[in-house]
Amino acid sequence: MNSIDSTPAKQGLASIEGSERTLYPYVTGTSVIGIKYKDGILIAADMGGSYGSTLRYKSVERIKPIGKHSLLGASGEISDFQEILKYLDELIVYDNMWDDGNSLGPKEVHNYLTRVMYNRRNKFNPLWNSLVLGGVKKGQKYLGMVSMIGVHFEDNHIATGFGNHLARPILREEWHENISFEDGVKLLEKCMRVLLYRDRSAINKLQIAKITESGVFVSQPYALKTFWGYSAFENPTKGAEGSW
Amino acid sequence: MFRNQYDTDVTTWSPAGRLFQVEYAMEAVKQGSAAIGLRSKTHIVLASVNKANSELSSHQKKIFKVDDHIGVAIAGLTADGRVLSRYLRSECINYSFSYESPLPVGRLVVQLADKAQVCTQRSWKRPYGVGLLVAGLDELGAHLYYNCPSGNYFEYQAFAIGSRSQAAKTYLERKFETFMNASREDLIKDALFAIKETLQGEKLTSSICTVSVVGVEEPFHIMDQKTIQQLIESLEVKEDEPVGDQGAAMQEDESPEAAPMDI
Repeated sequence: MNSIDSTPAKQGLASIEGSERTLYPYVTGTSVIGIKYKDGILIAADMGGSYGSTLRYKSVERIKPIGKHSLLGASGEISDFQEILKYLDELIVYDNMWDDGNSLGPKEVHNYLTRVMYNRRNKFNPLWNSLVLGGVKKGQKYLGMVSMIGVHFEDNHIATGFGNHLARPILREEWHENISFEDGVKLLEKCMRVLLYRDRSAINKLQIAKITESGVFVSQPYALKTFWGYSAFENPTKGAEGSW
Repeated sequence: MFRNQYDTDVTTWSPAGRLFQVEYAMEAVKQGSAAIGLRSKTHIVLASVNKANSELSSHQKKIFKVDDHIGVAIAGLTADGRVLSRYLRSECINYSFSYESPLPVGRLVVQLADKAQVCTQRSWKRPYGVGLLVAGLDELGAHLYYNCPSGNYFEYQAFAIGSRSQAAKTYLERKFETFMNASREDLIKDALFAIKETLQGEKLTSSICTVSVVGVEEPFHIMDQKTIQQLIESLEVKEDEPVGDQGAAMQEDESPEAAPMDI
């Protein structure tokens, strides 16, 4: 595979035997935001699955618990996320079968995912996701991200997709060490609200998940209060008669 | 052992339900020079006797670092031991690469045992002729395992393998109840004592033994000769005192002898 000239390589791959590899995503989820807080990790994501520009699916759970110690949130191709959950399920079952007091923590799961994503990227057949992995084990909080090309890092707050542009500045300003649960939720809701206003693939139905030493809790879906009563919205065609 | 029928093939059972080739492999372990291991809640000490063939040659390496948190001591066919150590190192590093985390020693020994078992069930293979004392850490603390050519493995508080290991085992059996809560220093001293027992009168010096330690905050490493020699000397001072005074003597030489444990 000639990595310098990617176009001929891709064409070459397709022409040999009609190869099957991911070229573009079809059903996608939008941003995921995660923060560390006093007792653990909080992750928020809406429940939308877009089919291109159509908001087709509105009850997609994009945050799932992994084993006893981790939470995984994903944006990007939903079917690839489901595939990843299958891999992780096998991994966790294998880990549990040892039944020896040792268990895979968030750090181990994060690194495993990094290896999977990077290896797929090397085969030019990526899993089209940005993953947010958070968890607590033995009092240690962990929050990290893996992108579809295998870029991975840990931080105190993580955002994917549009969240990178809209949520990250808010988190940088307002996140602080040992933020309380209530303040953490408020902070996440603030970010989700901005995303709701400005990201066209966001819907007003979100879940917030929390993980602490004692376990995982995923909230029921709920909606944020929004405000649309701006004067500029009252007579939208005021400056341009005839338009709609 | 005497010559037995049904012992040509590892895949032939004897009428009494034994696999003689496997048992012969375990004999090979008994012929190797001694290796002992003992553990506390937080540390494990592995020690071995190094016998060189002649004064001109160096001694065989019997203790191997497998990872920062795991080490092995072998007895028997050292070539087989080296090959298995390479396998163990490979497994550890592959796990670390995928999970950025140390492989729990309990899982490593099962993989090793399964590898040994394969050789007891293929007509074109032979069992590994080496016993391994695997010392390592996992989430629950410090562990010592013994892996045998038969594919069995056991967890131990303390164990000795190789020639004249029975003498060491007798000593360890007497003292093992103190090991779980023993300090690191006492554990090393007990290891040296056990090694001494296998020498049966020969003088114990740091040139004929190797001692290694691994612990919860301490990566696996082989202790240097100088420190070992100092410890041996402090043991001897204790021994020279009349039996009744052993308690007092121990306190006496603990303080001035406070050998630099920090390596």
